[in-house]
Amino acid sequence: MNTEQTPQEQGPAGVTRRDFIGGCAAAAVSAVLASCTPEQREAFLQKRFKELTGAELEAVIARLERENKEKFKTGIKVKTTGAQEGVLFGYGLDISRCIGCRRCVHACVKENNQSRDPEIQWIRVLRMDKERGIDLTHSDPYYNPPEVPEPDAFYLPVACQQCEQPACVAVCPVQATYKEPDGIVVIDYNWCIGCRCCMSACPYQARRFNWRDPVIPPDQVNPDTHYLGNRPRYRGVVEKCTFCIQRVREEHGRYPACVEICPVGARKFGNLLDGESEIRHIMREKRVFILKEELNTQPKFFYFYAT
Amino acid sequence: MTFLRFLGGAAGLVVRGNRLYYAWCALLLVLVFVGAGAYATQLRDGLVVTKMRDSVTWAFYIGNFTFLVGVAAAAVMLVIPAYLYDWGPIKEIVILGELLAISACIMCLIFVTVDMGRPDRFWHLMPIVGKLNFPGALLSWDVVVLNAYLLLNLTIVTYMVYSAFMGREPNHHFTWPLVIFSIPFAISIHTVTAFIYNGMVARPYWNASILAPKFLASAFCSGPAVLLIVLQILRKMTRLKIQDAAIWKIAELMAYAMGINLFFTGAEIFKDFYSHAHHAIHTQYFYFGIGAHRAIVPYAWMSLFFGVVAFLLFMIPATRKNVVTLNAGCILIYASCYIEKGIGLLIPGMTPDGLGEIYEYTPSTTEVLVAAGTFSLGFLIYTILLKVVVPVMLGEFRVTDLGDKAVVGTGPEAPPAGLARAGH
Repeated sequence: MNTEQTPQEQGPAGVTRRDFIGGCAAAAVSAVLASCTPEQREAFLQKRFKELTGAELEAVIARLERENKEKFKTGIKVKTTGAQEGVLFGYGLDISRCIGCRRCVHACVKENNQSRDPEIQWIRVLRMDKERGIDLTHSDPYYNPPEVPEPDAFYLPVACQQCEQPACVAVCPVQATYKEPDGIVVIDYNWCIGCRCCMSACPYQARRFNWRDPVIPPDQVNPDTHYLGNRPRYRGVVEKCTFCIQRVREEHGRYPACVEICPVGARKFGNLLDGESEIRHIMREKRVFILKEELNTQPKFFYFYAT
Repeated sequence: MTFLRFLGGAAGLVVRGNRLYYAWCALLLVLVFVGAGAYATQLRDGLVVTKMRDSVTWAFYIGNFTFLVGVAAAAVMLVIPAYLYDWGPIKEIVILGELLAISACIMCLIFVTVDMGRPDRFWHLMPIVGKLNFPGALLSWDVVVLNAYLLLNLTIVTYMVYSAFMGREPNHHFTWPLVIFSIPFAISIHTVTAFIYNGMVARPYWNASILAPKFLASAFCSGPAVLLIVLQILRKMTRLKIQDAAIWKIAELMAYAMGINLFFTGAEIFKDFYSHAHHAIHTQYFYFGIGAHRAIVPYAWMSLFFGVVAFLLFMIPATRKNVVTLNAGCILIYASCYIEKGIGLLIPGMTPDGLGEIYEYTPSTTEVLVAAGTFSLGFLIYTILLKVVVPVMLGEFRVTDLGDKAVVGTGPEAPPAGLARAGH
């Protein structure tokens, strides 16, 4: 080895170049941080939701509630309710009943605080020609007839399929999206870097990106929110259906908004681990299928024809 | 202390030059500022200023990133003949390829950053302080290998250049392992980038095992295409001697790479159009369009046509050795691969989207300006690096020239110290 090298790399005070550059970088970061407000600093340095300890979590929730109060002039509760034991959520959708009215789409937007301008929708209803059967390539999400259902069509609503082997989770470079113990795939909106790998990876086109600042008129905000679900989002992060995590995780859980609003009862929801649940009943008594089964994503969203 | 003086001397070299040099740097600087301005708009308003939307979520930025990873990886086209085969004519210029790799890596990192929705959260990607999903997510592999490759090349180049500057023989026990290590790294940066797309079952256009081999084949012709033009410019504008043999050899290697690339393209086209399964719709969109949606069809045929013509020009020794056809070939190869990666990979892969919707993407002005700014910054970095390294290669900038008055550029035809012989 050429031992002459080391001393050459040293600066006047014995400071190595690496120390010098590292020091400059650290100084620059501290300078930027020093120029922020304490709130901005806290937001910038916030850890992943999963890693927040009790006191840290409390501080974060308090800050989020303050932020939202300022923005929407109304108190917004941010819950952190965890998964219940022995629960794995599953969804059923009866294609023979769905009339394509899109009430679910709009109830979802209201419930989950999606941006209204431009409006972000988590459910996309596809119009299928009866002549072709289920055929995604020829489906139309922008159908707009004077009246539904149309005689020559049926409808296939698609939202996040809450896969057991979610392709989106595997590709996230920072583990901002992950599967909860009750099977819901969630996104930590304060950790997402907006790289959109998950959107490229999702076979069901279920994820939405906040291309601009989301806009919700203050009088339309749903104040009952969950950290991993419908709390107001930021620009530059990804969002999607969470089975209304803010409703279904409550002790006396409520159905997701789309299930509640459906005028024909096409939407079913329940605990896959409970043999007596409605969803298990459907799986036993009807014939269910999943979308794109060949990809082995194992959705917990089951389609069926009840009649 | 001497290293600081080296940096001082280098800065002196960079600020001085002829009128053409100033004009070139000024042009690049203007473009960098225009690009920065466009990016400022994007930071203010969000990625809505691009034409990307939920259907086509990755487009021009990531396409450019992918192309430039190939350019960075292509340094290996010089490293292998230079170090493994110890082939003199290329050995003298291998450092120019490594400098190109450094500039390309920096451009790659910029393109990934400008594509991020939340660039302020970049630190989430850092190991230890953040939460890098390694080894699960391929993008985190890319972050690791790209930065490692950049560091590796920076170390090799800085050490070699500084040794030559000091008039010392570089220590081969130090450089040799690094150089050897850089070969699999060059292959891996492009393989890993290909795997980002390749691993996505949602996108049948990418989910084909030919993707990574095809990435390498196209990289090994597009990267050297830039280099061949740079070599000829350097030969004209400086006293650097670059043998024709080196240029012709690189062109010959490019011909093989292009041939393999075209073969792979043919294999893909055959599979999709012969089987005519639903998945072929993406390839159909690229080459023929779907109904009225034909925005990128002309590019598909341009890329294919340019590729074939360039392949023929480089395959035939007479046209390979003719300066006009050689440079025409370089430009055609560059254009062919740039279209193939910048447009032909991302956009058809996402059109139609996972539920069959067709959103026809073309880049917005902001995207084009940001990309132009990024390329200009990359070229500026490459220019500055060359401005320092070439005089060192020529023996015009050495420690002995840095007397108390730090004289630069007085060395006559001194033999290049160390650089050319580096590695053995």
